[in-house]
Amino acid sequence: MRYIEPHGHMVSRTTDDYQAMVTAGCMAVCEPAFWAGYDRGSVEGFRDYYRQLTEYEPARAAKFMLPHFTWLCLNPKESEDLVLARDVLAIIPQFLDRPTVLGIGEIGLNRNTRNEMTVLERHIELAVKYDQLILVHTPHLEDKLKGTNLIIDLLRSHRGVKPERVIIDHVEEHTIQRVLDRGFWAGITLYPDSKASPPRAVDMLEICGRERIWLNSACDWGVSDPLAVPKTALEMRRRGHSSDFVDAVLYRNPHRFLSQSPKFRLGD
Amino acid sequence: MKHPDSKRPSLPKRVRASTPRVSAAAAAIVEVGFIPVRAKLLEVAAFLDRVDRHGVSGDFRCVALREAAAVLVDGRNRRARRILEKFSDPTTEPDTISTGKAALGAWSGKLAPEKVRKPKES
Repeated sequence: MRYIEPHGHMVSRTTDDYQAMVTAGCMAVCEPAFWAGYDRGSVEGFRDYYRQLTEYEPARAAKFMLPHFTWLCLNPKESEDLVLARDVLAIIPQFLDRPTVLGIGEIGLNRNTRNEMTVLERHIELAVKYDQLILVHTPHLEDKLKGTNLIIDLLRSHRGVKPERVIIDHVEEHTIQRVLDRGFWAGITLYPDSKASPPRAVDMLEICGRERIWLNSACDWGVSDPLAVPKTALEMRRRGHSSDFVDAVLYRNPHRFLSQSPKFRLGD
Repeated sequence: MKHPDSKRPSLPKRVRASTPRVSAAAAAIVEVGFIPVRAKLLEVAAFLDRVDRHGVSGDFRCVALREAAAVLVDGRNRRARRILEKFSDPTTEPDTISTGKAALGAWSGKLAPEKVRKPKES
């Protein structure tokens, strides 16, 4: 079995996780910029993080023969300080031509505030200006439905946004169809306590079809499982889905979306 | 001959006898899934007992949980989607200020009813 982990926060994980992922068939990992668990205090803090994502982490993954790609942004959880956000967004273009940067992400909303909307709009403008793919985080729990609607409306209001170049992540049963219906890609995140479990993820694939959907573990420093994607293959096979179905969802789908960036090339 | 790894979980004889003819994969949904889901349902029941016993059953999250649980037995489908919608903030405008970084799992409803609009359907 082969798969792509299209959303993993590997800076929070140990090298044991890299080894386990490669052993399970992982062919590439993509790491969106994330919140550190605390608010970074300066532009230089973000610059260091972007260097970690574009220099150190690819080298760490390469020790396990695993191609590592990344996405850059300021996380929605840090969007309340509009001045800092403006200054951080100003340095992102300095990193966009680096060989493993795929696009702008994971941008989006956290608590659905006006400041978060302002910073989301600035990120969208940045992505359009530099012709970047977009990876969108949708809010947690009770905020997800409203946030997803706000995000979709904002993306659709921007003439430069091409829906096929945008993935809206962390969809659940109440948001997946509206994302797909509007031409975007949808990401299903497999978490032990929130978001989706492997059985629910396969339910969504059975109900909505397998087109324009990827699965990810979004493993980070919280309760999460870096092997959640390959473990979901077992649930698919148990339901009677073919190995071709598994390969399409776990490998070919993310490969197709990510290949819209000329930098996403695997040795296969 | 099929590779042994391709076998689906087999049903016990007494279950096979009482189950209408379904595919092995469909039968496995119950065979493999029932015990873990039974355990989760008991956790819900025990949690509701516990919050009653400790006098915190009026917390808005417990209220939301009881309302959501009613969806399980209303005889209609799309239960997961409808439960998620029940827990969701039904308003449509961005909030002026953030009330903190973390969501709580259920909407507290701290908004005048006239400002609440039904979320858009997909």
